[in-house]
Amino acid sequence: MISRTHVHCTVNGDEVDFLADDATSLLDALRDELGLTGAKEGCATGDCGACSILVDGAVNCACLMFAAEAEGHEITTVEGIADGDHLHPLQQVFLEEAALQCGICTPGVLVSAKALLDHNPNPTEAEIRYALAGNLCRCTGYDKIIHAVQEAAVQLNGASK
Amino acid sequence: MTDTEARPTYKYVGTRPIRHDGLDKVTGKARFAADLNMTGQLRAAITRSPHAHARIVSIDTSAAEAMPGVKAVVTGADFPEIDIADAIHDEAVNNIARDEVLYNGHAVAAVAATTLAQARAAAAAVKVEYEELPAILSIDEAIADGAPLANPTTRTLFTGDTEPSNFASIGQFERGDVEAGFAAADVIVEREFTTVPVHQGYIEPHACVADCGQDGKASIWASSQGHFAVRSKTAAILGWSTDRIKVTPAEIGGGFGGKTTIYLEPIAVRLSQKAGRPVKLAMTREEVLRATGPAPASKISLKIGATNDGELTTLAGTMYYSNGSTKGFSALTGAMSVASYKFPNLELHAIGTVDNTPKSAAYRAPSAPQAAFAVETLVDEIAQQLGMDPIELRLRNAVVEGDPTAMGMPHPKIGFIETLEAIKSSDHYNSPVPEGAGRGFATGFWFNIGEQSSATVNLNEDGTATVITGSPDIGGSRASMALMAAEELGLDVHRITPIVADTESVGFTDITEGSRATFATGMAVVNACRELIEKMKERAAVIRGVDVDQVAWIGGAAVIEGPASEGNEPLTIADITAQAKMTGGPLTATASLNAAGAGPSFAAHLADVKVDEETGQVTILRYTTAQDAGTAIHPAYVEGQMQGGSAQGIGWALNEEYIFDASGEMENASFLDYRMPVASDLPMIETIIVEVPNPSHPYGVRGVGETGIVPPIPTLANAIAAATGVRMTDLPMSPPNVLKKINEK
Amino acid sequence: MRYAAPTTVDEARDLLTGNPGSRVFAGATDLIPQIRAGRPEPSVLVDLKRIDQLVSITESDGRWTVGAATPTSALTGNDAFTAAFPGLSEASGLIGSDQIQNRSSWGGNLCNASPAADSVPALVANDARAVIATGDGTRTVPVEEIVTGPGQTSLADGEFVVEFEVDAPPAATADAYLRMIPRTEMDIAVAGAAVRLTMDGDTCTAASVVLGAVAPTVIRVPEAEAALVGSTLDDDTLAAVAAAASAACDPIDDKRGTVEYRRQVAGVLAKRAATIAAERAGGAS
Repeated sequence: MISRTHVHCTVNGDEVDFLADDATSLLDALRDELGLTGAKEGCATGDCGACSILVDGAVNCACLMFAAEAEGHEITTVEGIADGDHLHPLQQVFLEEAALQCGICTPGVLVSAKALLDHNPNPTEAEIRYALAGNLCRCTGYDKIIHAVQEAAVQLNGASK
Repeated sequence: MTDTEARPTYKYVGTRPIRHDGLDKVTGKARFAADLNMTGQLRAAITRSPHAHARIVSIDTSAAEAMPGVKAVVTGADFPEIDIADAIHDEAVNNIARDEVLYNGHAVAAVAATTLAQARAAAAAVKVEYEELPAILSIDEAIADGAPLANPTTRTLFTGDTEPSNFASIGQFERGDVEAGFAAADVIVEREFTTVPVHQGYIEPHACVADCGQDGKASIWASSQGHFAVRSKTAAILGWSTDRIKVTPAEIGGGFGGKTTIYLEPIAVRLSQKAGRPVKLAMTREEVLRATGPAPASKISLKIGATNDGELTTLAGTMYYSNGSTKGFSALTGAMSVASYKFPNLELHAIGTVDNTPKSAAYRAPSAPQAAFAVETLVDEIAQQLGMDPIELRLRNAVVEGDPTAMGMPHPKIGFIETLEAIKSSDHYNSPVPEGAGRGFATGFWFNIGEQSSATVNLNEDGTATVITGSPDIGGSRASMALMAAEELGLDVHRITPIVADTESVGFTDITEGSRATFATGMAVVNACRELIEKMKERAAVIRGVDVDQVAWIGGAAVIEGPASEGNEPLTIADITAQAKMTGGPLTATASLNAAGAGPSFAAHLADVKVDEETGQVTILRYTTAQDAGTAIHPAYVEGQMQGGSAQGIGWALNEEYIFDASGEMENASFLDYRMPVASDLPMIETIIVEVPNPSHPYGVRGVGETGIVPPIPTLANAIAAATGVRMTDLPMSPPNVLKKINEK
Repeated sequence: MRYAAPTTVDEARDLLTGNPGSRVFAGATDLIPQIRAGRPEPSVLVDLKRIDQLVSITESDGRWTVGAATPTSALTGNDAFTAAFPGLSEASGLIGSDQIQNRSSWGGNLCNASPAADSVPALVANDARAVIATGDGTRTVPVEEIVTGPGQTSLADGEFVVEFEVDAPPAATADAYLRMIPRTEMDIAVAGAAVRLTMDGDTCTAASVVLGAVAPTVIRVPEAEAALVGSTLDDDTLAAVAAAASAACDPIDDKRGTVEYRRQVAGVLAKRAATIAAERAGGAS
């Protein structure tokens, strides 16, 4: 018999409460309980990164967390990256640089890229590639994604000066 | 960088606007099939065969049916018997097994329950009694004398045979005199090449939601490359008429050919029908790898002869391609793709085989990469033996318009020479090879196809427009449709909304495959726009009170010409739509076509690699691709197709492989051990778009989706040879395999 | 299955001893996929990450103490730790993607008992010790005594690793870890080698050579250590190190590598890691 745990946490800035089956992953809870389907299930084993989310600012695979572990933490999904009607520079640059094709990996890539730039505002190409190594993309060959992250870094640094 | 033949100047075509569906995809709003939820929806799971080949003795679903939350269970017996001669037979049986399971992972039963956990538990509780049968797991086993049958329903294509066989197809192409050709050749190279199955590797697992009503009609929301095909195939497998099924395309998370077939929809519909509730059915990654996809394994023996002055005179060989568990065309397609060099003498035998591995599916330029691996490696060796530059050798033998393909059909206007020249003049080719590295070059070709498409263009009251097509958009084709409509109508691309409509809201449209969407569906959009322009000219004539032949369409407006032009300002689309009610009603046009004249696309790739001779690891230092796009409608997404195809080809070349154990179970059914390239594995992929317009398309479009995957395997094999002196003939060129060859040196 | 998040070691101990079939976890990066794949569910999932002691890095009098559930990203992000143990930091940083790095821990990497765990050879090369919570106290054992075979540990039911102790290396001592994977990231080691050397000028005076992924457990290679000690890491020595490492391997053929490949590459990695360690330790090699 699976028991359930009451979870209280912050998701994209909003306090939420939900009841989680103790075997449920945070990914399933986000998608099925909270209706946030931006994080995707590509593998459910932590190998593709399509479910990447931030937990207190650190990038994680939502498929590798029990939902109950979210208690007290701040969770950010792709739905929480934009600031109201202003896209995050990464989102805007991804659009402008055509850094997505089918779009299934895009939410996870954006979340990982945000975690990278939050911690390392001036990454080298190699640092970007290794930071995104946990996010499989099968459409783009990564080229335009890397370029977009580089451009977003330039814009973010420009804005902060 | 773009190499462009002289062509008209376009205002919108060739620009790089933000794609219309982009915002939803960067904000997480885009709805892929697994993101959809219906009121009262059940979740479903599939029971799969643990054997590669077995007879199903019995299936007992009673325990599963009694489990908590379970609302419906189906097995093969819930679907009509289909004659083996019926075109849908193999796909029907692949969706759910009937008498035999044909590979490990073959679906046997399915369960719908209140929760996914309940459905999975019940699927595991379906009791199936199997009688194991001998399993065929390779081409060699399939063709061995006295081999047991992998699938008793297989009849060899193109032979008229009525007896079951492990030969899926047997075909042959010939021209000239091969014997004389080799006798006259100064140089002959000959090798055998093998490749293993690889998966398309789309990040989105197959998924659908089906809702069947008590009236016997069903709605399906599916991630597919063609929702009309989902409708027709689902109907055929269920024995229904198509009008009972409506399919709405969800966003699709990658397909690459692998979502041209269906796996789930008939099962989801039957479960929904039995339960009276909507059913969501999604595969896990393990299911995707065990039970969908792969591109076929191959074994190709090839011999090429050339003269000392570099004429490639003769090509002969035998190409075996596995089709997995059912018959198919993969070998024939592979032989057909040998079409890049003139070869006056040619003899190719194409033999498809059947075995007890998953039924193979289309994968980007299906069967061409395997063939190119063989051809382009041998051509490289000839260049090496003759001391010729590999591009010069190819320029000397490259096909041009009128030269035959392997099938004998003449090439239409093509840009192979221009593509070779593009690499020859590239910065990469003219830079020295880095110290300790090797440089490889190879080319690829793909036919592309036309097929049927429909499009409707509606002008809105304020002069904006909606472009409605039936082609699922995988890589940005909606933006291309809008760009072509913008060019035709003279309307800003962001005043046009391109959408992909459901099967009841737009005319029939074939699958997004064969690099056809921008070509064929784009042509339908252009035709609809041209019809609209004629209508707008008529309306303008009414508004201005002139004869319609005095109205011209210039720069997005109806311009009155001749004597009546005095004082009559041009009428914009918004001017015309504003008065539509008074001039004859809404402005809309629909065009449908079966497109002919698809333009083949050639690509040429160049790579510098470093090989760690102590570990066998290959590192790509630099990679450049040139490809003929005809005309690049949205160059950024053309580059994206070239880069994505290159990356998939690189993965295929280096580390991707199905690993089966002795019983036929896939041992690496996860993204951990099915090793697709990650971001840190690749360099930037430099692109050169070559534009030799296709005369059969109003804007000169050739399909660009597929060719890019063809050259990488031989490009890297040739680079490894240059770096190490070792010729790799077996895929993958993974560190253990490369090191083994180096050790044997 | 029930989830529990104790905040003290005692609380965790009580949960484990009071609930047969319970198990601890930190990152759950292997546990969740295993449960999804149908492995038997634990009765109680004991999340160790809410216990402060288990998520901490401290240094005192030349001894580093690292909580068993500390994410490896905290180790690679700790400059002082990375300066003291460059190889151990590298090895810890190789456990998966950035996503995994925020979850993976020494405790999990060790107690999963995979022969291919990246951090374990480097922990062993540095003579790390594990502090284990027992039914009524703690015991401290060398890391190399924890894993007894693939998926097998010497921990008794109800026991769990609380923290690791590793002494700061003596002067002129440094470590290095190299592994072979087919890609550049996201793979399990096909072979791995950790080497720690103490150098006196150009001469090696002490050596630890530990291999991963080439035997049921990580293995020390005394023959390679003996070849290194007293040498200047000349070509003959490195060849001897490689040969000894290859000879020590007892690998398996599996989907990730063949016996021959693992054997050959383990030798290559051992000699390369030795070269790096010597350079770091101040040797001239």
